[in-house]
Amino acid sequence: LAAYQWEHPRSRNYKAEFASCRLEAVPLEFGDYHPLKPITVTESKTKKVSRKGSTSSTSSSSSSSVVDPLSSVLDGTDPLSMFAATADPDSSRKRRDRDENSIIGSDFEPWANKRGEILARYTTTEKLSIVSTSKAGTATSAMSEKVRTRLEELDDFEEGSQKELLNLTQQDYVNRIEELNQSLKDAWASDQKVKALKIVIQCSKLLSDTSVIRFYPSKFVLITDILDTFADGYCFCISDHFSPENVNDTAKETCLNWFFKIASIRELIPRFYVEASILKCNKFLSKTGISECLPRLTCMIRGIGDPLVSVYARAYLCRVGMEVAPHLKESLNKNFFDFLLTFKQLRARCLLLFPSFSQCLFVELPSYLPLYSPAMDWIFQCISYHAPEALLTEMMERCKKLGNNALLLNSVMSAFRAEFIATRSMDFIGMIKECDESGFPKHLLFRSLGLNLALADPPEGDRLQILNEAWKVITKLKNPQDYINCAEVWVEYTCKHFTKREVNTVLADVIKHMTPDRAFEDSYPQLQSIIKKVIAHFHDFSVLFSVEKFLPFLDMFQKESVRVEVCKCIMEVFIKHQQEPTKDPVILNALLHVCKTTHDSVNALTLEDEKRTLAYLINGFIKMVSFGRDFEQQLSFYVEARSMFCNLEPVLVQLIHSVNRLAMETRKVMKGNHSRKTAAFVRACVAYCFITIPSLVGIFTRLNLYLHSGQVALANQCLSQADAFFKAAISLIPEVPKMINIDGKMRPSESFLLEFLCNFFSTLLIVPDHPEHGVLFLVRELLNVIQDYTWEDSSDDKIRIYTCVLHLLSAMSQETYLYHIDKVDSNDSLYGGDSKFLAENNKLCETVMAQILEHLKTLAKDEVGRQSSLGLSFFNSILAHGDLRNNRLNQLSVNLWHLAQRHGCADTRTMVKTLEYIKKRSKQPDMGHLTELALRLPLQTRT
Amino acid sequence: MGTSLDIKIKRANKVYHAGEVLSGVVVVSGKDSIQHQGVSLTVEGSVNLQLSAKSVGVFEAFYNSVKPIQIISSTIEMVKPGKFPSGKTEIPFEFPLHVKGNKVLYETYHGVFVNIQYTLRCDMRRSLLAKDLTKTCEFIVHSAPQKGKLTPSPVDFTITPETLQNVKERALLPKFLIRGHLNSTNCVITQPLTGELVVESSEAAIKSIELQLVRVETCGCAEGYARDATEIQNIQIADGDVCRSLSVPIYMVFPRLFTCPTLETTNFKVEFEVNVVVLLHADHLITENFPLKLCRV
Repeated sequence: LAAYQWEHPRSRNYKAEFASCRLEAVPLEFGDYHPLKPITVTESKTKKVSRKGSTSSTSSSSSSSVVDPLSSVLDGTDPLSMFAATADPDSSRKRRDRDENSIIGSDFEPWANKRGEILARYTTTEKLSIVSTSKAGTATSAMSEKVRTRLEELDDFEEGSQKELLNLTQQDYVNRIEELNQSLKDAWASDQKVKALKIVIQCSKLLSDTSVIRFYPSKFVLITDILDTFADGYCFCISDHFSPENVNDTAKETCLNWFFKIASIRELIPRFYVEASILKCNKFLSKTGISECLPRLTCMIRGIGDPLVSVYARAYLCRVGMEVAPHLKESLNKNFFDFLLTFKQLRARCLLLFPSFSQCLFVELPSYLPLYSPAMDWIFQCISYHAPEALLTEMMERCKKLGNNALLLNSVMSAFRAEFIATRSMDFIGMIKECDESGFPKHLLFRSLGLNLALADPPEGDRLQILNEAWKVITKLKNPQDYINCAEVWVEYTCKHFTKREVNTVLADVIKHMTPDRAFEDSYPQLQSIIKKVIAHFHDFSVLFSVEKFLPFLDMFQKESVRVEVCKCIMEVFIKHQQEPTKDPVILNALLHVCKTTHDSVNALTLEDEKRTLAYLINGFIKMVSFGRDFEQQLSFYVEARSMFCNLEPVLVQLIHSVNRLAMETRKVMKGNHSRKTAAFVRACVAYCFITIPSLVGIFTRLNLYLHSGQVALANQCLSQADAFFKAAISLIPEVPKMINIDGKMRPSESFLLEFLCNFFSTLLIVPDHPEHGVLFLVRELLNVIQDYTWEDSSDDKIRIYTCVLHLLSAMSQETYLYHIDKVDSNDSLYGGDSKFLAENNKLCETVMAQILEHLKTLAKDEVGRQSSLGLSFFNSILAHGDLRNNRLNQLSVNLWHLAQRHGCADTRTMVKTLEYIKKRSKQPDMGHLTELALRLPLQTRT
Repeated sequence: MGTSLDIKIKRANKVYHAGEVLSGVVVVSGKDSIQHQGVSLTVEGSVNLQLSAKSVGVFEAFYNSVKPIQIISSTIEMVKPGKFPSGKTEIPFEFPLHVKGNKVLYETYHGVFVNIQYTLRCDMRRSLLAKDLTKTCEFIVHSAPQKGKLTPSPVDFTITPETLQNVKERALLPKFLIRGHLNSTNCVITQPLTGELVVESSEAAIKSIELQLVRVETCGCAEGYARDATEIQNIQIADGDVCRSLSVPIYMVFPRLFTCPTLETTNFKVEFEVNVVVLLHADHLITENFPLKLCRV
């Protein structure tokens, strides 16, 4: 292959081509099919589909039979939900069973919710002890041995061989109980009923031990879990025999055996818990079983002397009762009234007991009484669930009669409906005031009241008075922990019903209480929650920041991680709720401060994800800042922002885009005719970008921003600045590494480079030559860089780029270019088709073509496939851009055609299509010469 | 496993009354056919009496254990000598529970010094080379419901330091007042013992309140008779210092086999009592005893 000249780029009449190529616009009738027409989902034919909750539409747009591929995937059952449905048939069965025979609605807060709360709240550092057998489960192989160990195990559970494990930490204790739970499950699984019963008796015995009293509520939770396991196993075991069609005597006998066994448990507390746990299985013994058993068990609790143990026993009974027979309200009420009777004596008894007990218990009354709360709350909740107003009132009266006991009052407030409490807020405040200080701390009472008021609104007229009364007490609390726990709750109420003035007062009060001795250090979660509540209610940030104490409040977050967390919250809310761009100096200052805080937390150890989140938040803020027509102010804001947020690359990128946008806005305002002042301003913008881009790390980010900013500069008639951008981009290309990191994976960079360069070429078409540099200075420089870049041997990207350069050069040699920038003279009008320019252009083409042909030659050896496709693509380029009336070019194209087919690599269909295209083109005016060409292009038949 | 012999009684709870027919099957199973010299079934019922060491001395107790009183004993030949085919063979049987003469089928009772037990034994005699096979199985006899209506006999009680007997130094006792009542001391054995107990006042803290069920067994023999009271079970009804003036329920289920309707014969007696035991801190133990009369209706 000899060197060829691209002597005559085909001259183009873009306008005419465009007109002839454009498809005829045909108005679309309603109901016609069109691929881009939105699919209108009409009600599908069967209800079945909609019930499944899938978004599928069996009949989609009225016109077409096209099914949206996304929704068609979802047609039928969603695989995930199908999985979920089959995954755990056992539990779903259980749930269904429970649903069927209970009338408890979903509005009843289940025990499971309380469970975690109690475990988290009642902990201890004291040493615990547990009476149990230590048994290491040894795997045995021989049958006889297995039997023997099992017998030994049984012996182990005999009372004689139990030993007391002392000095357990809380965690050891919990583990130990978990172990017991596991061995209980194993016992059921291996049908060792006696062992199961022994374990459960042993566990319930633990509930009579109140030596580590702080831990008792948690212990209760852990052990009732075991009882649940036992009950499940028991019911399963019994109901196994009791399938309705098979009520046989053997089963009844088994059941009776259990009954007698349990009735003979010596100690009261284990007997009570075991009986209560299997209450639901009583229905197997007799129909009236439960309704007889529940009152008896209720009475039985009277025998429990320790008031704490007994109140938890009641709570357990209420819980089981609610699960099994929610209709039996009387025994719930009886529990409550029985409790009140014992309660009357509690105060007196405590005082009587504690002088002697307190030395060993280390519990003082104010921390002892709150231990009752979880159990009482639960009992009260059970009773008040769906209870008529009259009953609640009666209960309240009863409590009142007991001298407004604080403990009772607290449980009433935490268990009764919030609306009920809220409407009587003033009464409650009165009662709280009346109760005596000793015993139960008052701040807990106000906290409970506050929780109710956060949920339900008190009568309009009382609101301010309530706040005043409550705050009067709260502000007097001396212990910062007590204070903040209370204040945290009441902030919600204040924000909900009052204006910024009251909120300001409250915040000021909190600051006043929490500042001495740096008390805030221990209360970050509460302070954080206060901030969250405040910003949740004040969406208008100008109001929020005009709350004088808001920023001083933020200053209390001195631990960096917490402060950043809080700042993030504020920004999230800002982004979410700020609708209009703002220039309010108060907001800007405050938020800049907030953003700066988050930004400054970034260091070398910050995770990528975290950085991304922060950048997203800061960008959201930057986008919301607008000074309207005051562009200079806007720019100076961006300058300030750049200096503040230099560590976050996405923020800098955003700033560059913002500044570019600002320049274009200016152009728009000036309608393209810059005055001296605006021209200077625009140059300032351009300069901003030019000096910011080099500080970025991502190479393609830089390249694209150079290109983009160059385009903006060009659009604003800053020609030399544009040149500078493009030169910078060109000189950056050699630095592009072979592989780049994308989302944590290394990928070859060539395809990105190809994409960027093509984009670049399109811009270069309209960049006018610099008068002092030679013709096509930028293109030459770029070609040099491309030439020197080390390309992957296995890819033809370099040649693809050269082909693109050919396209660019042929576009450049046209009389009038395809597109222009307003008020910028491109080379077409600069040179006006000057022959020297065209000659230069042709010379470049020649060089490039030589390169391409050289490359094709090297491929001839062993890469015939690549050679063929590359040849064809070059052929197409010539066809599109070259003037084929030129003989040599004509000959070249024929050669390429042969080359493409030489090794039988070409796709016959493509070749046929290409030929057809040529023939069709030849019929167009001025294209007659193509007929002749077509005759010279034989189609190779596959042999 | 070679050959096995098993008795299956028809009623799952194995409870029968006098005059009823005890029925069931004997199951013979084996891999090969079984040669045998005949299978017989025996019903036996007897009262075993034992003298406690406390009443009569160790040696007498050991040697002179009273001869068991036979209540029922009869044998039937089920299968004549022959051969069972391989696999499982079930041979049904029916035994009318009738006693001879003036003997009575007492209710089954497992005690310490008195045991009333009924067994069903199946023997398979085999040739010299193979061992004889025997299977024993207990069944339970409930005495016939008593005629006439049970008259409830409620008992009220009050316990104070003054009401106590066996006190060494009354002055050292803390003051207390415990009231209570049992709904009836005539109890139906299938119904729980019920009642109430109220601690009206107590100077000392209460540790525990328990119900102790006691059996009183009397054996008569040539040398005289022995009467022994032993505990059957102990049920706690209050744990810790219970609330004053709040009634605590008394509730106890009578255990099966270990209790029977109160029984009085010429040779032996089985009676029951309940003790209400109050334990005070400082280890004072207060017991109030109530004889019970159990019956079956």
